[in-house]
Amino acid sequence: MLGGLQSIIARDLRLSMRRRGDVLNHLVFFVIVVTLFPLGVGAEPNLLRAMAPGIVWVAALLAAMLSLQRMFASDHVDGSLEQMLISAHPLGVIVVGKLIAHWLLSGLPVTLLAPVVGVQFDLSQQALVVLTVSLLVGTPVLSLIGGVGAALTLGVRGGGVLLALLVLPLFIPVLIFGAGGVSEAQAGMSAAPHLSLLGAFLAMSCVVAPWATTAALRVAYD
Amino acid sequence: MAIDSYRLDGEAGGNWLFRLAAPQAFFPVAGKMIPWFAALAVLFALPGLYLSFFVAPTDFQQGEAYRVIFLHVPAAWMSMFLYVIMACWAALGLILNTRLSGMMASAVAPTGAMFTFLALWTGALWGKPTWGTWWVWDARLTSELILLFLYFGFIALTNAIDDPRRADRAGAVLAIVGVVNIPIIYFSVKWWNTLHQGASVSLTRAPSMATTMLVGMLLMALAAWMYSIAAALWRVRSIILERERDAQWVRELRGVQ
Repeated sequence: MLGGLQSIIARDLRLSMRRRGDVLNHLVFFVIVVTLFPLGVGAEPNLLRAMAPGIVWVAALLAAMLSLQRMFASDHVDGSLEQMLISAHPLGVIVVGKLIAHWLLSGLPVTLLAPVVGVQFDLSQQALVVLTVSLLVGTPVLSLIGGVGAALTLGVRGGGVLLALLVLPLFIPVLIFGAGGVSEAQAGMSAAPHLSLLGAFLAMSCVVAPWATTAALRVAYD
Repeated sequence: MAIDSYRLDGEAGGNWLFRLAAPQAFFPVAGKMIPWFAALAVLFALPGLYLSFFVAPTDFQQGEAYRVIFLHVPAAWMSMFLYVIMACWAALGLILNTRLSGMMASAVAPTGAMFTFLALWTGALWGKPTWGTWWVWDARLTSELILLFLYFGFIALTNAIDDPRRADRAGAVLAIVGVVNIPIIYFSVKWWNTLHQGASVSLTRAPSMATTMLVGMLLMALAAWMYSIAAALWRVRSIILERERDAQWVRELRGVQ
C-alpha cells in the first residue's frame, strides 16, 4: 500500500518536473497578486504592515485554487485516472498520494516563498516565522478541501469558476486562523491558539477530505 | 399467526414507503399535498402578519423599525433548517440510492437560498435605522453570507452537470461536506469577529419580548415552514416531469402533451 502511495507521489512529481512551467506559473501568480495590493491601496507602510497577513493568505488561497484543476484534470483527459480507479490499489491510497503530491507542488513552494514576500511588507522576524508556520500547517488543508472540489467538478463544463465557487467558502476558516495568527504575532501576542486551531482543522480534514474526494471520484466515474 | 400478520404489516409499510419513493407515485401525492400546505401557509401568515404589524407593541428604543423582525427571524431560521434538510435528503439519496431524494435536495436548495437572501436583505433594512449602517462584519451576518455562498455552490454544481444522477450524487457529497463545515465556519467567524473587532453590535441584548410579539413570530415561522414545504413539493414535481419526460406515465398525464 505504501509502495502504491510512493509511486503515485513520484509519478505526479516527475510529470510536473517535465512541465515545470505549470508550477512556476502559480508561484508567479502568487507574487503578482501580492504585488497588486500595495499598488491598489497605496504604499503607506503602517497600512501595508497591518494588511500583510491577509494579503499573503488571500494570495496563497487563490494560488492554491488555481492549481487545483491540475490535480485530476489531465489524468482524467488522458484516461490514466480511470486506470487508477480500476487498479488493485485502494482508491483512497491513490487519492492521498495525489493530495500529497499536489501540496508538494503548490502549498510547499508558496510556503517557502512567503517569507520573501513578507519582507516586502516589512513584517517583523517573529511575524515572518509565524507566517511561514501558519502556511506550512494551513496549505495542506487547502489541498485536502480543494481535492473534494476538484473531484466534484471533474469534466464539468465551466469547471474553473465553479471550482472557485465551491471551494473558496470552505477555505474561510483556514484564512481566518492563518492570517489571524500572524496578526497576533505582529501585536506581540502568542500565535499558538490560532496555529493550534489550524492544526485541529488539518487533522479533521485529513479524516474527512480523502473520503469525500474518493466518493466524488466514484460519482464522476459511475 | 400473529407473527405472520406482523410481518405482512411490516411488508405493507415498507411497500407503502418504497412506493412513494418512486417519482411516478410521488408525483400525484405531492400534487395533492401542495394546496394543503399552501393553505396552511396563508392561514398562519394572515394572523401572524396582523399580530406583527397591528397588535404587537411599538418598541420603545427602535420604534416601528423593529417590526422587520417578524420576517427577518423566520427567514434566518429557515435558511439554516433548509440547508440541514437539504443535506439530509442528499445523504439519504447517497446511502439508499433513491432517485427522489436527490430531486428533493435540489428542490429545497432554491427555497433555502431565497430565505438566506431574505434574511440578509431584511437584516440590512433593519440595520440601517437601528445601527445606522446597512452592513457590519458581525459574526452572524458574515456566516449568513457564507451560507448563501454554500447554497449558490450547491445549485451551481447540480446545474453544471448534465447527467441528473451524477448531479444529484455530486451535490450530495458537497452538501454533506458543507454541513460538516457550517459549525466550523460559524465559530471561526465568531472568534475572528471577537478577536478583531470587539463587540461592536450585539443582537442579544434585545429587551424581553412581549407575548404578542413571540406569538406573531412563531406564526410567521410556521407560515415559512408551510410555504417551504409547498414550494419544495411544487418544484420537485417540475423536476420529476423534466427528468421523466420520456417515461410512458408522463406522456399519459393530462395536460402534458
